[in-house]
Amino acid sequence: MPYIANTLEDTTEMLRTVGCSSFEELWKLVGVELPPPPLNLPPGLSEYEVVCRLRRLASKNAVDLVNFLGAGYYDHLIPAAVSEITGRTEFYTAYTPYQPEASQGTLQAIYEYQTMICRLTAMPVANASLYDGGTALFEAMMLACRVTGKRRVVLSEAVSPIFRRMIRCYCCNLDIELLEVPAGPADSAIGKLLEAVTPETACVLVQYPNVFGTVEDWSAFTAAVHDRKALAVCSTYPIALALLTPPGEMGFDIVTGEGQSLGIPLSFGGPYLGFMAVTEKYLRKMPGRVVGRTVDGAGREGFVLTLQTREQHIRRENAMSNICSNENLCALSALAYLSCVGKQGLIDVARACAANAVFAREQLLAIDGVEAVGGEAFFNEFVIRLPLDAAEAVGRLIDKGYAAGFPLGRYYPERGNQLLVAVTEKRTREEIKGLANALEAVL
Amino acid sequence: MKLIFEKSKPGRRGSSLPKPSVPVVDRIPAHLRRNQPAELPELSEQEVIRHFINLSRKNMGVDTNFYPLGSCTMKYNPKFHERLAALPGFAELHPLLPQLRHGGQLTQGALAVVYEAQSILAELLGFAECTMQPLAGAHGELTGAMLIAAYHRSRGDAKRKIMLIPDAAHGTNPASAAVAGFRCEVVRSDADGNVDLEDLRAKLNDEVAGLMLTCPNTLGLFDPNVKTICELVHAAGALAYCDGANFNAIIGRLRPGDLGFDVMHVNLHKTFATPHGGGGPGSGPVGVAEKLVPFLPVSRVAKRADGTYSLEYTFPESIGYIAPFYGNFGVILKAYAYMLTLGREGFRRVSAHAVLNANYVRARLAGAYRQKYDRPCMHECVFSASGQAEKGVHALDIAKGLIDRGFHPPTMYFPLIVPEALMIEPTETESKETLDAFVDAMLELAELAETHPEKLHQAPVTTPVGRLDETAAARKPRLSEPVAEK
Repeated sequence: MPYIANTLEDTTEMLRTVGCSSFEELWKLVGVELPPPPLNLPPGLSEYEVVCRLRRLASKNAVDLVNFLGAGYYDHLIPAAVSEITGRTEFYTAYTPYQPEASQGTLQAIYEYQTMICRLTAMPVANASLYDGGTALFEAMMLACRVTGKRRVVLSEAVSPIFRRMIRCYCCNLDIELLEVPAGPADSAIGKLLEAVTPETACVLVQYPNVFGTVEDWSAFTAAVHDRKALAVCSTYPIALALLTPPGEMGFDIVTGEGQSLGIPLSFGGPYLGFMAVTEKYLRKMPGRVVGRTVDGAGREGFVLTLQTREQHIRRENAMSNICSNENLCALSALAYLSCVGKQGLIDVARACAANAVFAREQLLAIDGVEAVGGEAFFNEFVIRLPLDAAEAVGRLIDKGYAAGFPLGRYYPERGNQLLVAVTEKRTREEIKGLANALEAVL
Repeated sequence: MKLIFEKSKPGRRGSSLPKPSVPVVDRIPAHLRRNQPAELPELSEQEVIRHFINLSRKNMGVDTNFYPLGSCTMKYNPKFHERLAALPGFAELHPLLPQLRHGGQLTQGALAVVYEAQSILAELLGFAECTMQPLAGAHGELTGAMLIAAYHRSRGDAKRKIMLIPDAAHGTNPASAAVAGFRCEVVRSDADGNVDLEDLRAKLNDEVAGLMLTCPNTLGLFDPNVKTICELVHAAGALAYCDGANFNAIIGRLRPGDLGFDVMHVNLHKTFATPHGGGGPGSGPVGVAEKLVPFLPVSRVAKRADGTYSLEYTFPESIGYIAPFYGNFGVILKAYAYMLTLGREGFRRVSAHAVLNANYVRARLAGAYRQKYDRPCMHECVFSASGQAEKGVHALDIAKGLIDRGFHPPTMYFPLIVPEALMIEPTETESKETLDAFVDAMLELAELAETHPEKLHQAPVTTPVGRLDETAAARKPRLSEPVAEK
């Protein structure tokens, strides 16, 4: 095995130093008396054999489909420079930066990441990351319950059903009353959401753009929520924020989201990146790590983990969250991605997504029997109604080489014929026309 | 070093996009359009790369320095794992693909990785089944605590609201138990560093849901009473949770299921050699005994009789969805490669050499630093700088002195029950020469504490910055960079 350095000679000498003549004696010395268990496992393999096995498994996955599947997880371009940066072993083989003098690289990077999240969302404070978009939204909900002292939560059904089922799961031990408000055709039914907010409500959780891709104006809504002494929380899509009014300018108190679109591969569901930004007022109640700027004894600028009294290793059961390891390297991916594409590049990426989506929607709606669902305001994802079960249509399109979108019936039984289509900057005119032709052929 | 924002110059570009092939229009209403672009930096690709490469050089990592951070298991991360995770067949796989065609036909390779990894893990832990879904160690603890809650709920046993947690535990244990709705009570350690059985007996009653015990414990000691502890917990109608942060010490040699535990998490980013990433991503799979299987999260990866793999969702007693999909797949994949490389014998060698290396360091340092619990250790040894503190040199000063000597410091001031704690975990991947060099540095520092204690108060002096003002950082937080005035 290549990962143990001790030679037989070293081993003998070291065993002697600790007063043993064999490993079995050492085990007895440390108090392990049970005989070694039988292990029903195969013998070890060489690097080459492992690589061959995993290459074979990789080839059994359908990654050659033209991808129009999104639902919160998107197939964006990733510049090669991103993985060069995260592939630096000084970054990826380091631990949490508890020793700041030996971790300035990680710490400055996270400070820059926090700054970029603040600038994208137009919020003043961001943390150093959470696990994913779903757990980030849950943590936001908990923050709202903490600061309001209330336990009633209003959740829009136009929030990702993947996030909602996670929140439901976590709430089952927490004495939190969760009220899910049905969505409109492709909108969040803002009026109904507001009706559900009572003086007992801690917060309202919404999504922007919502799960159907629709972009909505939340400004009046957040003001009304604040009038009722509740917090307004939104989960957002960072690439869309290149073009959209940022949530901070709409009056949200907490902004979270899934950061996968920022240079992180789809990778079958993770690792991803949960981000969180809050208003100044809540920074000391925020979960997770946060990096701050300070100076050393000689007045040199440096960075440290700060406000640690919020965290589990100090506050234990009264901590703001149980999170310890976060998604640091994924936050670094997001930082590297945003640095590479830059101020204008991110706008160009977003414009290309939006333009491709407009073109795709036109092409698809031109097909006989395909209808629009909901309004005209969207970023890069939209819903169409098919003349047959959408899951059935998607199945037929796979045979033609397309992952045509996400059939909504799985999470919204009344939407069996509806297909959620996502289009990124990677898709070409030909691919989009190809999808439309293929769909027309299978109807 | 300048921030990346300070290196920005209007008009520079660091990436390219295909030319638009469709009309550049959008459907964003005018009133929802962003007025001012987000102030992201503008740099060429080379400038971006140079910024981050130079930043990386301000870090210590396992690949640059010995990193004996106790309880963190900073072992070597094999390089070919990174390439496997980057294979397009894995990296470009959309997590919703299995839902597009019945039975996961589009992702058989990825499902095989998850299934095989969870099977090997269950065998190593001595449990009936594992879920790979938890996204980090603390997330695994939360999952385990939720399983315990679901178990008692299913039996109509509503008053079990207390989680017992030893005083030596990681802070995540009580914090995770709290998120699962439990109230925490502390169980004391005895004079040998084991669970105080009398205190445990006194605190067990019909309101206790479970005990969360780190095994081996956070002192790096194997509690010889583990089986008895599990029996006492069971006799009181509660469940025994094993925090597997220290599983590296016993892997292949002891199976926590055989010791009587009901549920356990392990950290793939510790025992299974996946990188820590500067603080994540991790992965915290959870193994359970038969009686907790019905409550495991969904979806679950199963193997059919014909050898193909499927995702299963219909488990009425399941706690539900703790993660968006199937766990941190990229991390699980690397751990699977490690499992295949090690095989049956490899795991045994890992724990044996991890324990040997720690005891070797312990034996060599025993005269120079105090030990609150003076007995052979498992994979890590905990010293106290309390002797040095009498001369004015604290654990913090020793740690900073080590940085100047080219070593990442051990974990400081944990566990809380040891004053001036320095917790050293060498791991099995380090050579005797490295351990000797580290021990020599520790001995030199102990000597310096006697002769020139003041010299250590300035350390470190070889790093880009000296000791930073953490009080000022917390009092007046500067957490993001204001946009520079034009």
